[in-house]
This record gives sequence, structure tokens and C-alpha cells, in this order.
Amino acid sequence: MIWNEEYETMPREALEAIQLKRLQGVVERVYATVAPYRKKMDDAGVRPSDIKKLEDLKKLPFTTKDDLRDNYPFGMFAVPLERVVRVHASSGTTGKPTVVGYTKRDIDTWAELMARTLTCAGVHRGDIVHNAYGYGLFTGGLGFHYGAERLGATVIPISGGNTKRQIMIMRDFGSTVLTCTPSYALNIAEVIRESGLDPSGLKLRVGIFGAEPWSEKMRAEIERQLGIDAIDIYGLSEIIGPGVSVECIEKKEGLHIFEDHFIPEIIDPDTEEVLPHGETGELVFTTLTKEAFPVIRYRTRDITRLITEPCTCGRTLYRMEKIMGRTDDMLIIRGVNVFPSQIEHVLMSIEGVEPHYQIIVDREGALDVMEIQVEVSEQIFSDEIKALEGLAKRIEQELKESLAVSCRVRLVEPKTIQRSEGKAKRVIDKRKI
Amino acid sequence: MKVEQISIFLENKSGRLAEVTRILADAGINIRALSLADTSDFGILRLIVNETEKAKAVLKENGFTVGKNEVIAVEVPDRPGGLAGILEALSGSNINVEYMYAFVERSGENAIIIFRFDEIEKAIEALQAAGVRILKGEEVYSL
Repeated sequence: MIWNEEYETMPREALEAIQLKRLQGVVERVYATVAPYRKKMDDAGVRPSDIKKLEDLKKLPFTTKDDLRDNYPFGMFAVPLERVVRVHASSGTTGKPTVVGYTKRDIDTWAELMARTLTCAGVHRGDIVHNAYGYGLFTGGLGFHYGAERLGATVIPISGGNTKRQIMIMRDFGSTVLTCTPSYALNIAEVIRESGLDPSGLKLRVGIFGAEPWSEKMRAEIERQLGIDAIDIYGLSEIIGPGVSVECIEKKEGLHIFEDHFIPEIIDPDTEEVLPHGETGELVFTTLTKEAFPVIRYRTRDITRLITEPCTCGRTLYRMEKIMGRTDDMLIIRGVNVFPSQIEHVLMSIEGVEPHYQIIVDREGALDVMEIQVEVSEQIFSDEIKALEGLAKRIEQELKESLAVSCRVRLVEPKTIQRSEGKAKRVIDKRKI
Repeated sequence: MKVEQISIFLENKSGRLAEVTRILADAGINIRALSLADTSDFGILRLIVNETEKAKAVLKENGFTVGKNEVIAVEVPDRPGGLAGILEALSGSNINVEYMYAFVERSGENAIIIFRFDEIEKAIEALQAAGVRILKGEEVYSL
């Protein structure tokens, strides 16, 4: 099934004509209303009128997470705050989050895109959507919620946590669709198995999983354990949230990008040159229809490639391959984006803590665990156990408040963390995904 | 009245304690008393040695985190109720013991207990008032 036949199966030529018209519109708007964009364009010597064809997009400067940080919180909004009906936020690289805004129409666009997404994944009216994405500043929960309502499905806004209760509700309410991170799906499967329940007693048919990278092997595992079709979804709050691209249930090969709203580019992250279709590089997005928070050539830091071959599902939209990695050091812990620089920021704010730390990420069962090793300097050392344990707890607490995800702090002897020439090896990721 | 104690941060890894004692042995330092407090992740080794500053220096040279603080050494009569009397004197003055450990004097006549207090001066007063004998630093270092 296709939610919006007109746009999702539009001949490329017509689609590209719409893209150009919308691109010209958004560039004019940001130039007129968003000072940082105007400054960047002026510095690069490019005017809105220079965008005459789609290829002219590459004349425009990139936007990075640093730009969003420098203009925290609302400096990149393109409409007055009175027109912003909602804000969401994701992790920033330091103590401050990255804030995004939505007008009433943006919320409407987002619901449409999520209705398309759910339909693409095989969800329809009459389905019961068990939405275990977090509700709150994170875009996952509310993004799916509005999309499922638009579609006419029944939403259970369960949010994350309390897995046993989730399973009870899933069984009692007859949930047919599960939406959460892929690792949480595996965790649910594990808890079902441990409690001796038979997954076939559930009515689950399909799951839509995103917010963290996962492999084909993990897909096979989830599908086998839960007896469902597992669909990959991609999105990021800077672009809109979930609803940027999604796999179709017919093929499960590459994620269809809703190109009438977002133009994808693949660039070489070092030279910043646009790469030909099919080559692997960093994914860059320009939003075409967003009002409150349009972004021009936003560098996602995600690595993938574009697939231009037509898909058997009938959609003419280009696809992107499953995300293969990152060009920066961002970690995704239980669906939450974490930058090592955020951790460093918190550690440095605690008196006596030295800048020698290491982040160890692993998976216990299906859940990510993060341990921060902190060297015990003479300044923070005490001959009393309770003082050291109190310190570790305090660091844990401050990290949790800043990162929005819990971690374990382990105090280690000085010099145990490997010193390296040049860039320190801060992260050891032992997860096999 | 006060005795200097050094403390060393140790991860719970096999061989670490042996390493500390070997470093001290090679430096010709004699350990008078020790206690090890541990959690699942780490331990704190507390030592009273004959040469505090030297011990601290050699351990630091070898990359250990070393702290120094003052404790009280008290002679405890070797009979039932010997320790109870001392602790009652402390609790009567509302003094909290952070931790303590015991060792037996070579002569075998009396036990010696090391106390760590947050309010060390107040503790000394209370102990003296109760007629408890507090050892001088030199007495402990040269036991």
C-alpha cells in the first residue's frame, strides 16, 4: 500500500520540478529570515537567485551541528516564536541540546510523512500500534504517535521502560505493530522468552525500528524471535524526526527518502565534494517544506549511499542504504545520541577530575551498557570508601542528567587509560550489531 | 598524639597488592600496620610504615595514587570489655569512627587499634578524658 500515490510514485521529472520550486522557495525564506544563513551565503557570495537548477544546491554552504549550537536555542528558527507550536531537542556536542521547532503546518507535514512511513512498512487502519519510542523532547514517541493517528490506526502511547508491563499490555490489547529501537525489540523478545511466554500468543505482525544502527543479522534475529517483519526507519530531529526515510515491506532493501520534502546528497566528508549517485559518503539533507526550522545542506555525519534503481513497490523515490557508520565519534546508547565531548564536558566540571577517561560500550543481553572509566587523581582520592563511592555516584548522576541516559562510572588507577599520540582513544565499542 | 597513615588506591586486579609490598620492600620500608577496604571495583590500602614520606614518594614514582592523613593509635587492654570501654567513651562524646583496624603488639601484652576520625582533636580529648593511652607517632613507627 502507498499512502500518497501522487507524490510517492511521481515520475522523476515532475518530482524534480517540484523539488526545484520548493528549494528556491526555502532558500529565499532562510536568506530573508535567518541571520546565520544569510551571513553564510553572503560570505560564500551566493544569492537566492543563483539557484536556477537543482545542481545549484551545491553552491550553498553546509550547515553543521556546530551552527545549531552557536545559535542555541532558537537562533536558526525561520518564523517568530509565536508561530512555533512545538519544540523538540536532541543531544548537542557539549552541555546544551540541539533544539528544533515546528509550526502547526510542520506538525501536519510530519504526521503525513509518518502516515506514509507506517503505510510503507505495511501498517494500516485497524492496526494497534504499540509505540515504545520515548515520548518527550526526543522526536521518536510523538512522531510515531501523530503518524499512526493520521493513518487511522490505534496508538498505545506506552513509551519506554517497564518491559514486563509492556508485554502484558501488548498481549491483552492485541498489539499488531511494535515501534521502538531495534535493541529494545530484542530485549522485549528476551523478556518474553524468560517469562516462559509463547511469542505466537502475541498478535504482532510488523515492527518499525530505528534511532540506532542495526545489521541484517539483527533483523533476522528480531524477525525470528518475535515472528514479525522488521522494518528499518531513518530520521533525525534536525531534519524533522522519524519520517525522513523508511524501508518498504515489499523489498526491505534500502530506505525510501521522501524526496518531495527532503533533498539528499552524498558528499566526501573530507573534500566536501558531492559524490555521484551510488557512491558511499556522508549523507546531507536539505529540507524543502519545513517552516519553523528549515535546514540547508545539513551534514548528518551518517555514512550511506543512494540507490536510484526503481523499486518493485512502485515508489519512484530514491532509496538510501542502511546506515553504515558515522564520520564523527557520536555513540548511540539505547537510542540516545551521545557525544564523547558531552561526557568530557561533565567530567571537567567536577573539581579534581582529570581529563583522562575512557568510554566502554557493550551490550548485555540486548541492552547497551556504557561504562565511563575515570582515573583517580590525588585530588579526588580519599582514604574512605564512602567518599570515593559518593564521588562515582555523583559523576553518574551528573552524566545521567546531561546525557539523558544512565551509565556506570568506574574509578581506575592513574595511567591505566591508554595515552595515545595525537587523538586519544576515548571509546571502546564492544557491541556486535 | 597523631600517627601518619598513607592510603593507596588499588583496582581490584590480581597482583596489585603484591606490587605495592614489593616496591616498599625494595625501598627498605617496613610496614607496621595495614588494612584493606574494598568494594567490587576498587580497594583502598591503608598503611602505617616506618618512613611515611619515603614510602609515599616511591609509590608515587611507580604510578600509584597515594594519600596521607592522620589517625590515632590507641592501646587497648587485652581483656574482655577493653575495646567496648573505648568505644563507649567515643560515642558518649558523639564522635563518629570513620574506620578502624587492629594489630597486636609484638610483646603480645596489649592490642593496638588505629582509629580514623573526622574530628580528630575532639576524639583525642574524649579518649584522654577516659584515661585511654594514645600512642605517639614514633612509638608506632618503631614498633
